[in-house]
Amino acid sequence: MAQHQVNYTQDGGLPVALTSVDKIVNWGRSNSLWAMTYGLACCGIEMMASGASRYDFDRFGTIFRASPRQSDLMIVAGTLTKKHAEFIKRLYDQMPEPRWVISMGSCANTGGMFNTYATVQGVDRIIPVDLYLPGCAPRPETLQYAVMMLQKKIRAEKAGKSQRQKRLV
Amino acid sequence: MQQPNRLRPFFENISFDRKDNEMVINFGPQHPSAHGQLRLVLHMQQEQITKAHPDVGYLHRGMEKMAENMIYNEFLPTTDRMDYIASSSNNYGFALAVEKLIGLEVPRRAKVIRMMLLEINRLMSHLFWLATTALDIGAMTVFLYAFREREYLMDIIEDYCGARLTHSSIRIGGVPLDIPDNFIHDLKEFLDKFPQDLKDYEDLLDTNRIWKMRMEGVGVISKEMAESWGCSGVMLRASGHNWDLRKEEPYELYDEVEFDVPVSTKGDNYARYKLYMAEMRESSKILYQTMDMYKKTQENNETELMAHAPQYISAPKLDIMTQNYALMQHFVLVTQGMRPPVGEVYVPTESPKGELGFFINSQGGPYPYRLKMRAPSFWHTGILQDLLPGSMIPDVVAIIGTTNIVFGEVDR
Amino acid sequence: MRKYVPKDDVQKKPYYTDRYWVAPQVAKFDVESDEVFAADLATIKEKCEVIEAYIQVDQMVVIIKPTDNFTVAQILKDECAYNQLSEVGAMDWIAKQNQYEVFYQFLSMSKRKRVRIKCFLDVDQAVESLNPLYRSADWAEREMWDMSGVKVNNHPYMKRILMPDDWVGHPLLKTYPLQGDEAAAWYEVDRIFGKEARDVIGPENREPARVDRYDTERFGRLGHEIERGAEFKEDQAKTPLAYQEEGGVLIIKKFHEDDTVEITDRKR
Repeated sequence: MAQHQVNYTQDGGLPVALTSVDKIVNWGRSNSLWAMTYGLACCGIEMMASGASRYDFDRFGTIFRASPRQSDLMIVAGTLTKKHAEFIKRLYDQMPEPRWVISMGSCANTGGMFNTYATVQGVDRIIPVDLYLPGCAPRPETLQYAVMMLQKKIRAEKAGKSQRQKRLV
Repeated sequence: MQQPNRLRPFFENISFDRKDNEMVINFGPQHPSAHGQLRLVLHMQQEQITKAHPDVGYLHRGMEKMAENMIYNEFLPTTDRMDYIASSSNNYGFALAVEKLIGLEVPRRAKVIRMMLLEINRLMSHLFWLATTALDIGAMTVFLYAFREREYLMDIIEDYCGARLTHSSIRIGGVPLDIPDNFIHDLKEFLDKFPQDLKDYEDLLDTNRIWKMRMEGVGVISKEMAESWGCSGVMLRASGHNWDLRKEEPYELYDEVEFDVPVSTKGDNYARYKLYMAEMRESSKILYQTMDMYKKTQENNETELMAHAPQYISAPKLDIMTQNYALMQHFVLVTQGMRPPVGEVYVPTESPKGELGFFINSQGGPYPYRLKMRAPSFWHTGILQDLLPGSMIPDVVAIIGTTNIVFGEVDR
Repeated sequence: MRKYVPKDDVQKKPYYTDRYWVAPQVAKFDVESDEVFAADLATIKEKCEVIEAYIQVDQMVVIIKPTDNFTVAQILKDECAYNQLSEVGAMDWIAKQNQYEVFYQFLSMSKRKRVRIKCFLDVDQAVESLNPLYRSADWAEREMWDMSGVKVNNHPYMKRILMPDDWVGHPLLKTYPLQGDEAAAWYEVDRIFGKEARDVIGPENREPARVDRYDTERFGRLGHEIERGAEFKEDQAKTPLAYQEEGGVLIIKKFHEDDTVEITDRKR
């Protein structure tokens, strides 16, 4: 994982107390996480599998969208190469707030087994990540667990002010 | 609010209101129907494409360079990530190349198991192709159905090697494990059901007006073009070449099994679709025969799974645990790696996508001096540059779909 | 003084080499042992000079002069029915003899034979493009230039193919380190954020297994969760793995582990 200096407690840290407005808003947000199809490599296939008939992601309210402008969750599934890096930033910038990022698989987390010249060593060098999901490739169950953990995280956020910029630079 | 950064619009230097009415469209690299990270720069006259530039390399991970810095056994799991739809066929291609280099004969039982794995992988790959292509064209039902069958196969292969996607199920010199007890039973159950599933897909698609309009007569590859672009697999066979490496240059036990090679002369998307469906039937035919072959090896009591070559291949686990010399040899092979003889080899195999070749130049060291992977998808992406001009913009998606490209393989 | 390490080949080397060990060779056979190959070789020899020819692992290998590559390909295509060029690649022998080795892999579908044509060329020398004969050479030669830096003459669209256009260096050269040089290490940061952001983002961490359990800012542990930024204590209490909070979630049914059903019958 990258060594960049982000102060997480300052940028969108834990709230002091949640009001009932927060609870309602968070209920809505956490149960309709529209994910952007960001299948880059092998993990993208498992991401498709979790959207398909057996694992059925729609139950969680997670529907894959093809456009960044309609989605609030980016599942980075697969190896991010240096050639592709600027596009992920470009698409992340197009997503409306509030937005979350799941880094799926070892390659997206840390570069994984591809410790080479062409691979970005972790997507968190480019965009801020909320949840790291280990495995090569992670099973669809793992992805579902990650989404449930993210829902839990969203429910603990302050609806109004919590979406402070989680920026790297 | 967006913070300013270095990223500015990509086509700032291309003017869209040119005098000749030409428009430039950038397709990808993150497009839901590009089957991965394909970027196409399309020059259009209204709806018609006049020029197409496929831009690849967005998934280049430096595998060839990695191979030069790894011992042969260490590199094998990396090949999984090449054509990640059918990992075992990559494992197999690499293992076969190294075996040819060191001149190794694999025990018969291992060969049978390898053939089973290869054909299961072919089925998985073709099912995945059907699912994604149908989804791109708009047939969501077929996507859900085909993934259902694919999950069955994934369960079967998971029983064997423990992984769903990245199998590493074939080793240099054989296979690591015998198949589990319920494997044959599960596979048979699946294969008995499978023809009905295939019929279901065909009922949904074959006479479907939309499917036919988007497939028939679209993306026609002539015989010469397929030849000249180095096409292989279904892309070649749809254009009238009767060329399947399993028949022409048989490896493993493919000369002992009976199967047909479906060929079409039309060369369009629909022909390729029909060939994929026919190939799935042929694969199940082969799988039935391999199950009988496996039973025969059981009867003949041929239990060896790895070739016996102490210089290159570790002894079975039981020997390593009980015999001193086998343990020492295993230690040397794991820490230093095997040292194949000095020489070169190019070994093609018929992967689900086409001719998957491994070129290895060994200088007698534990690392290959040069390893070049000849991935079929690379050339099938290249052909887009000649194939797309003249077709309409909605055809692009259909054509990319039927070329069956996987970007782990194109960019390596 | 620091030990000098030669920089002309930075590839990984085996740490142990036996002085007395002589590597065996993959057997080479005479071309005359196969009629088809012998006829093909004779056709090539009529027009071009052949430096060496042999059969290795069922395929004929012909080493020619680099200037002849187009002529030989034309002979193979027109007269010997080798209708596909399946692979083109280059090997780097710069450290040893200041040369590249380029190989072309041909396939004849009618004869079911494969031939590999090879040539050695100097670093500043260029080969002729085979694009007019085989379209597959178009992309293959671009890749060869991109990866190894072999120059190709008369190519219609000579551009990098796998690496970005502004990449520095050719990755498959032996002088190129596996993990990239300075330009490669900062490529994405420089391109997206600019050079001035290097300090903020920090160098690449090439140790993927790094987990610091005392760093509670960046690492959380499932089953042993503590507040972000809190101090790590050795005797940490176990926290249960829960999908939902203690008090339950608005509208959503509370998940009870006892109510779960395990499906064993796959036909259900």
